[in-house]
Amino acid sequence: MIIEALIAVTFLAALVTFVLPDRYAGKAAFALSLAPVIGSLYMWQQYDASGNALLGGNIAFETDVVWLQLGQYDLHWMVGVDGISMPLVVLTTILTTLAIVSAWTPIAERQSQFFGLMLLMEANLLGVFTALDFFVWFVFWEAVLVPMYFLIGVWGGPRRKYAAIKFFVYTNIASLVMFIGFISLVFGLGDSITSLRLPEIAQALQAGQLGSFAGLSAGALASVAFIAMFFGFAVKVPVAPLHTWLPDAHVEAPTPVSVMLAGVLLKMGTYALLRFNFTMLPETARAFALPIALLAVASVIYGALLALAQQDLKRIVAYSSVSSMGYVILGLIAYTTYGVGGATFQMVAHGLISGLMFMAVGVIYNTTHTRMVSDMSGIADRMPVTAGIFVAGAFGYMGLPLMAGFAAEFFIFKGAFESTVMEAMPLFTGAAMFGIVIVAGYLLFAMQRTLFGPFRFDGDYDVTEAPFHDVAPLAVLLLLTIVLGVSPDIFFTMIQDAVNPILELGGAF
Amino acid sequence: MTPLQTLPEWAATAPAIVLALTGLALLLIDTIDPDSTNNGLLAGTATLGALAAGGIAAWFLIGGTGMESTGGAISLYGDALVVDGMSLFFTLIFTSVTAMVTVASYDYLADEEYQGEFYSLVIFAATGMTLMGMANSLATVFVSLELASLPSYALVAFLKKDRGSIEAGLKYFLIGALSSAVFAFGISLVFAVTGSLVLPEVAATLAEGTELVGVLGLGVLMIAGGFAFKTASVPFHFWAPEAYEGAPAPVSAFLSSASKAAGFAVAFRVFTVAFPLETVTAVGGGSVDWSLLFALLAVVTMTLGNFAAATQENVKRMLAYSSIGHAGYALIGLAAITVDGGAANGDVLGASMAHLLVYGFMNTGAFLFIAMVEKWGLGRTFEDYNGIASKAPIAATAMTVFMFSLAGLPPFGGFVSKYALFYSAIESGFWWLAAFGAVNSALSLFYYSRVVKAMWIEEPSKPLEIGSQPVGLYVAIIFAAVGTVLLLPGFQPVIETAQTVAAALF
Repeated sequence: MIIEALIAVTFLAALVTFVLPDRYAGKAAFALSLAPVIGSLYMWQQYDASGNALLGGNIAFETDVVWLQLGQYDLHWMVGVDGISMPLVVLTTILTTLAIVSAWTPIAERQSQFFGLMLLMEANLLGVFTALDFFVWFVFWEAVLVPMYFLIGVWGGPRRKYAAIKFFVYTNIASLVMFIGFISLVFGLGDSITSLRLPEIAQALQAGQLGSFAGLSAGALASVAFIAMFFGFAVKVPVAPLHTWLPDAHVEAPTPVSVMLAGVLLKMGTYALLRFNFTMLPETARAFALPIALLAVASVIYGALLALAQQDLKRIVAYSSVSSMGYVILGLIAYTTYGVGGATFQMVAHGLISGLMFMAVGVIYNTTHTRMVSDMSGIADRMPVTAGIFVAGAFGYMGLPLMAGFAAEFFIFKGAFESTVMEAMPLFTGAAMFGIVIVAGYLLFAMQRTLFGPFRFDGDYDVTEAPFHDVAPLAVLLLLTIVLGVSPDIFFTMIQDAVNPILELGGAF
Repeated sequence: MTPLQTLPEWAATAPAIVLALTGLALLLIDTIDPDSTNNGLLAGTATLGALAAGGIAAWFLIGGTGMESTGGAISLYGDALVVDGMSLFFTLIFTSVTAMVTVASYDYLADEEYQGEFYSLVIFAATGMTLMGMANSLATVFVSLELASLPSYALVAFLKKDRGSIEAGLKYFLIGALSSAVFAFGISLVFAVTGSLVLPEVAATLAEGTELVGVLGLGVLMIAGGFAFKTASVPFHFWAPEAYEGAPAPVSAFLSSASKAAGFAVAFRVFTVAFPLETVTAVGGGSVDWSLLFALLAVVTMTLGNFAAATQENVKRMLAYSSIGHAGYALIGLAAITVDGGAANGDVLGASMAHLLVYGFMNTGAFLFIAMVEKWGLGRTFEDYNGIASKAPIAATAMTVFMFSLAGLPPFGGFVSKYALFYSAIESGFWWLAAFGAVNSALSLFYYSRVVKAMWIEEPSKPLEIGSQPVGLYVAIIFAAVGTVLLLPGFQPVIETAQTVAAALF
């Protein structure tokens, strides 16, 4: 029942915030958002799952009741967490609270609507990560889009309308393709399943129950469904060349929304890839290892090169997200315990670090009202604390040891080198590692020009240190990044526990 | 609980009787005090009547009146009327829409004359619709159809000083008269072939075979045309944009939700009871396959409605075309019926009925929001809607719910009802119909989201002045919005009831 309570409390918080006067909305939303944080930490403390939720593992906080009886397949309200979803639930609640605090300064109008939508999005995100019935999961998956559309469209920058509609159209078309792919799989399973519960479907697929559908043989159907679902999720991740909505959305979105977008929404894509494509159809995934690894490396290198070419700090961070998500895909396709586990760990680590980077850029923007690298220099003189955290975060991004980014990337590379899915895997891994050099390059270059050197600022604003409530979320994120980096086992143990059953299927343990 | 154990059989028509009495009571009030502008009394009476009728229908439904659990359909007046689960289910749709419309009209009509006439016409039309749901003979079908239509013509032209309203009423009336004539001619042809007007007898006679296959086919085609008019489907759809745009917005809500559902109620019954697919295909050697006809009409209707809606600049007209598109989705209920479908037939027809119920809430709500905007005097184009959310966030939130639900986005009732409909179609083997539906539904997001975008994201082009806060309209809109949202978690009883009562037809 605790998952239902968690989601319900968050929905309720959204409703309450929505009707509050604008003046109190920000503070109230922060206070209310502490409830899901406490709830998720309590869940983590009480967590007792083992194995993978989809593959017959022991699911924590499971609820399973029939919701709709419709024809052959019942729809269940089934929620629960395992080692893959638990860290993401914690990440979602913490990051939302911090994003809400970071919104106090930049959001100056229609606050109650803004904070209400943030909480509404959080509730739906929690649903995405806990749902274990396809239908329930899809409802939440799509429901995340609606608040996001408004958050970009109403509070965004000058080209917000374009960015919002582009985001909406891209992700909706992707969802439709994914939906068709998945449903064809369900019809291919025919009578061997009685509901749309993900564990039931995954286990039926493992048992080789997939039949032919619409004139496609079982093997062809699996391939078609895999491609359709991969396309649908790849847009969300985003994998190059489907990433073009992301920079627009990020640049136009207000900072707290960028934090949520990079920190949690992108993870929906990789989470779904792991849950659906790589858990349900491991043989098909291995058969497509070459193109997937190519896409992963392309995302890493191309995203990093694009970041190198940007003048806008936010665009730099946005494109580097494309690069980081490429590592996740590389880890997933490796099908080794460190590869898939590291990819899952990278979801959390990147959620924290990219959130930190976007927030830091936002704090600088709050003061300077520009994000252009060429407009400023020597900001560290005036904003030493912010600049310090910015630098620390950037090193986390580059993979400085003892920070979460290092652990994640190290796991992924180790896993990818050990991979047996194809001969050439070490080659791809080596190519992807080159991305780190580019990341270090553009981040150092950008920091050198904006933060250090003599102070210069082409603007009429008084550049001073940011207020406490702007810097505090940054400090919290930095702290969490270091804690996870020093002791990755906090999450990595449970992640590995949930990931290993997948690998036994993939046969590349 | 069997409500009718101690009551005479005719009491099964109680919803229709209550509605008719309410209509008479409204006329009485108006006769006693013709100059009164006591809008509250009239609106209250009409709403109470509609709610009472709906409550009785719900009670009967729960109690199993006319369903298999209590001895099957109750046939009355020499089989002219039949009360079964389906008629009660549709009564629930009509009365809930009627209640929302009458509550909303309290504000909309505040400055108009002839209020008594307005409410009594609405209630009489609702009575006609309830009878359409019960009609079990082609004669009662025709009479009840006219009872529902004639007040509608007057309602569309209700704003006597508004040229658009008069023009819409005239167009609606002319096309309605034409289609009535076509419909009556179709009935006469069927009577010529079978010698009966009672639906089950028509089927029984056809089962014995006939040589007049051509006459029968023409009759069926003409009857289908009559339904196409009432449900605003292709090829008799072109009155709908004019009528919905010109009519007062609450009347548009009433026509596009309740009147359309009534058309489907009678179409479902006539085609499944009088012309069962296995009988007519056996008789005609495959030449009278109305399932194929409706499949084509469904695809053309939903596609045409969608593409026409996408090109509109006027929100009310866009909704009119979207309402045509939704008629296409509902037609899947008839199109996906197959000769050896078995349980799947009841499932898809039931899913279509459930979709009409959800549609009743979201579409009525959307038109009532337009009524509110008209009341504020803001205009009708997308541009006029710019920035409404900053002045009226609650109403704009409700409208957002309606738009996303109509588009079939997941967190709302419209998603689950479309899912049930498309899923049932696939189960019946019509995956291509479901595919057309899904693609159309995805495309429809384009024009629905334009309204949302205008309200929330665009800046107003001129200063927005929102004078009044109409209580009745707010109540009706919020009721519709809450209904639309709650139908997502609460869809199970709806679809279960709908599919059970639909299965009883086969």
